[in-house]
Amino acid sequence: MNHALEALSQALTLVVRWDETLASIVRLSLEVSGSALFFGALLGLPLGAVLGATQFRGRGLVVALLQSLLGVPSVVVGVVVFLLLSRAGPLGFLGWLYDPAGMVVAQTLLVAPLVAAITRQVVEGARERLAEELTMMRLGFAERLFALIYDCRFSLLLALFSGFARAASEVGAVMIVGGNIEGMTRVMTTAIALETAKGDLTLALALGIVLVGIVATIHLVASGLEALARRRAEG
Amino acid sequence: MAVLPVDVQGVSWPSEAQPVLRNLTWRIAGDGITAILGENGAGKSSLLRLVAGLMRPAGGTVTWGGATTPPAAIRWVAQQPQFLRASVATNLWFAALPLPGRWSAKRKRIAAVLERVGLAERANEPALRLSGGERQRLALARAWLAQPELLLLDEPTANLDPGATAAVERLIQEMRSSGIRIVMTTHHLAQAARLSDEVVFLADGEIAEQTPTRQFFAAPKSVAARRFIRSETPWWFRLPE
Repeated sequence: MNHALEALSQALTLVVRWDETLASIVRLSLEVSGSALFFGALLGLPLGAVLGATQFRGRGLVVALLQSLLGVPSVVVGVVVFLLLSRAGPLGFLGWLYDPAGMVVAQTLLVAPLVAAITRQVVEGARERLAEELTMMRLGFAERLFALIYDCRFSLLLALFSGFARAASEVGAVMIVGGNIEGMTRVMTTAIALETAKGDLTLALALGIVLVGIVATIHLVASGLEALARRRAEG
Repeated sequence: MAVLPVDVQGVSWPSEAQPVLRNLTWRIAGDGITAILGENGAGKSSLLRLVAGLMRPAGGTVTWGGATTPPAAIRWVAQQPQFLRASVATNLWFAALPLPGRWSAKRKRIAAVLERVGLAERANEPALRLSGGERQRLALARAWLAQPELLLLDEPTANLDPGATAAVERLIQEMRSSGIRIVMTTHHLAQAARLSDEVVFLADGEIAEQTPTRQFFAAPKSVAARRFIRSETPWWFRLPE
């Protein structure tokens, strides 16, 4: 018990002093997860919006496939990306294995389905509510999509932040693709796993505190912004 | 592409086996306001949606100016209109997106329409914050923006207080004066008498009667219409059996 309390106290000190090792790990984590969110949103938002706004033959199958992608463990994504980026793999020439770029690829593959699934659900709800009105406004496909996305903009903010939280808190994919190399590819989650295994609970706990803090802050800010904006838009 | 005449030919809906509307034939032409009357479940709103092109008939055909696809110059306003989670002006901005013309002209038209429906001062407020009457006026503004040839109104004053009803009725009359052909469903006999030039009375999924409004209320031809008017009018104003 004392050991745990001591580790926690040292971890808090590390966080308050903003230790250089801790800071560099946090910085790289934010860069990788932020980039993954950017590319994941670039893929997921349009895909989800189109799926939510349209009805076509086989749509149910596509939606089921998308939902099932949410359940794919991050280590499986890591293995697939590893195979793609390894020297013998089809994308080996990029040299992205054990590099932050490869980690971004892996996390993008985790974020995109989540953003797409939430976007699809939110846009579909708006389409059901507004379908007849949009038809009578004679909006073309792109205009219709634009109107639906505009209508759902606050809920889509939450989709983006959920995507970031998914990226920042996963460990399997970045461990496999990045290799957890100190100063190069070591991010918060992989560092926590390693330091815990080594028995150095201080850094692991400090990183855990920062990670939880970041995810909680983002969630709180996103929820607050969403509620505020919704109140202003809906009254 | 011309909207009128709209020809509804032998239409059944939702199915030919158990139709709400059965083998219904109707032509919308000319000008003025037509009120569709009938009891609950008579198929008034369904008929309006079929004419709007929002639904396809199970049997029969609907054509617009001879074409089988609904043209752009039709607008339909729902009993409970829906809006984007956006300001009043932004909702009209989206409605103006597919309209032809330059944006400077569209902006002027949006401002003019907002002025006409009395919502100019609320242009920047959220549309979802408007009262029932204001929402209905915004829905009319959204339709008016397109200057449609045919406007279909589904119970435009349902659940509105007398003041809001009067404001909506004034707008409907203004729209009619601007040359828009209007077809509306209503439960209010007095409203049909005030606004419409012609009444279409639906009973048992068919048009039981289509007559000028004055004639409809003075001497309804069908038994169903007589019964309907009797049930809706106060005892001191009842027609003889």
